[in-house]
Amino acid sequence: MKSTQQLERQLKRHSKAARLESWGRFISFSALLLIVAVVVGIIGFVASKGIATFATNHVSLWDFLTEKTWNPNIKDAHGNPEVGALPMIVGSFLITILSAIVATPFAIGTAVFMNEISPNRGAKILQPVTELLVGIPSVVYGFIGLSVVVPVTRAVFGGSGFGILSGTCVLFVMILPTVTSMSTDALKAVPRYYREASLALGATQWQTIYKVVLRAATPGLMTAVVFGMARAFGEALAVQMVIGNAALMPSSLVAPASTLTSVLTTGIGNTVMGSLQNNALWSLALVLLLMSLVFNLIIRLIGRKGRMQA
Amino acid sequence: MLTSNDVRDDEAMQERHVTQLTDVGEDIILSTHDLHVFYGQHEALFEGDLQFANHKITALIGPSGSGKSTFLRSLNRMNDRIATVTGQIMYRGVDVNQPAIDVYEMRRRVGMVFQRPNPFAKSIYDNIAFALQLRGVTDRHQLDEIVETSLRQAALWDQVKDELNKSALALSGGQAQRLCIARAIAVKPDILLLDEPASALDPVSTSQLEDTLLDLKQKYTIIIVTHNMQQAARISDYTAFFNAGRVLEYDTTSQIFTNPQVKITSDYVSGNFG
Ligand SMILES: Nc1ncnc2c1ncn2[C@@H]1O[C@H](COP(=O)(O)OP(=O)(O)OP(=O)(O)O)[C@@H](O)[C@H]1O
Ligand SMILES: [Mg+2]
Repeated sequence: MKSTQQLERQLKRHSKAARLESWGRFISFSALLLIVAVVVGIIGFVASKGIATFATNHVSLWDFLTEKTWNPNIKDAHGNPEVGALPMIVGSFLITILSAIVATPFAIGTAVFMNEISPNRGAKILQPVTELLVGIPSVVYGFIGLSVVVPVTRAVFGGSGFGILSGTCVLFVMILPTVTSMSTDALKAVPRYYREASLALGATQWQTIYKVVLRAATPGLMTAVVFGMARAFGEALAVQMVIGNAALMPSSLVAPASTLTSVLTTGIGNTVMGSLQNNALWSLALVLLLMSLVFNLIIRLIGRKGRMQA
Repeated sequence: MLTSNDVRDDEAMQERHVTQLTDVGEDIILSTHDLHVFYGQHEALFEGDLQFANHKITALIGPSGSGKSTFLRSLNRMNDRIATVTGQIMYRGVDVNQPAIDVYEMRRRVGMVFQRPNPFAKSIYDNIAFALQLRGVTDRHQLDEIVETSLRQAALWDQVKDELNKSALALSGGQAQRLCIARAIAVKPDILLLDEPASALDPVSTSQLEDTLLDLKQKYTIIIVTHNMQQAARISDYTAFFNAGRVLEYDTTSQIFTNPQVKITSDYVSGNFG
């Protein structure tokens, strides 16, 4: 009887470990709360500001998304402000999709080489180079774009050299390392026994890569590409330096154009808080935010689908 | 009892007893001569001289790390990019361990099933059609037919015939392993190499797999690595005992299990090894 009581006392005693445990749980929970509050705060702030264009300044959402003239300082013949964001939306999507289209084959090709064909050389040379490239600040890419890509584009295609094409070139180089290293991870995640099974069935190495490894890695590769697209879509500085920053519908790939981000970075310092000009920029920011949420959603969906298959 | 036994001593003065199957009138389909395998500097197989009889099951047994997988994987050149393999592997009179050999064609004739069931993340049908499609078989009827016969031979047809388009990853371990066998025999190989195919399976699936292998013996020559002594005794005709990178004893299975000539073999099969 006595020993039972003693045992109970021992078990119910609040030991130091138990106190530390609850303290640790409290700290990590607070950190989590803080992050959630910041995220919710940012989304709420951008949304409230961005919606003001439509709620306070009575711009129609439809016009905002479909009109082609961006000139918030001027009102049109009907007295409506000219805040058509279509050129920037088109610019952003064009530049994102084009750079992803160009970067994907290079990235996957490099990843296949590093992982399947020459793992030794890949690990020794390409891996460090890729990781180095990821770390280069975007202003450096923009600067190189400005002093190399723009003049070359000008020499080859005429015009000013600024435009979607130059932006695509710069973004291609910028997202290539990210997409490559994520593609490499995707290939690494394909179990070795898939390759063995395929080779043992008499498939050549190329057939194995093409029919087994790349198939099995497809969700991971898609995630890599979407990740690269998200990065391209959100990149501001480097793009702003080479795209020409003309809020016009891009008439060709070598005509000056703009993206959501480039208009934001060039314009946000020149407007007064609360004015229509300022609110319109916030609406662009809201579009950007929503798009990055969409990219995230896509990545998650792909991930879930991939897990279901595996 | 075999009439002609060839007892040899090597440099290590090890007691050995390797039967030449030609001496007992077997039809030899595959044989190795002076086979050495190196992983970099490390020699994992010192001398593999074995003859394999047509339409028989040969078991490779021996302690862990003794080189059974190394030997088996050399037979269909799966060690090509991993290890250096010297010596001869004579397959129906042709040395397949030479650079001029088309390994892809060779592996069609010498198929392999691994320890861990490894179906592709494709449908059951596509798993089996894979190797056929690689070889340009596109005719749907022909594919259907081969898929069915392969699954029947692997004793899986009745369980999956209504769900051929289901993902192969949804199969149980035993079913998956039989799918791997069906996949390997879909290209009608001559020889089937199996590396501990039942080690990931429960006893019921294991015994079903053994029945399947006994059936397959009618059509294929089977070489199987196993840690399971009873399994080797149950299904194999010949047994080779590996130890420390050498084949120490090779004889009929009954001889190996009832009357081993080499001390280490007898210790091993009786469970007194170590
Ligand atoms: N890929 C490899 N690279 C380097 N050494 C290896 C490799 N595979 C096997 N070895 C070595 O070769 C020797 C024989 O290994 P092997 O896998 O052939 O043994 P095993 O008889 O199949 O053993 P187990 O019964 O555990 O499967 C071991 O010493 C092992 O460490
Ligand atoms: Mg092994």
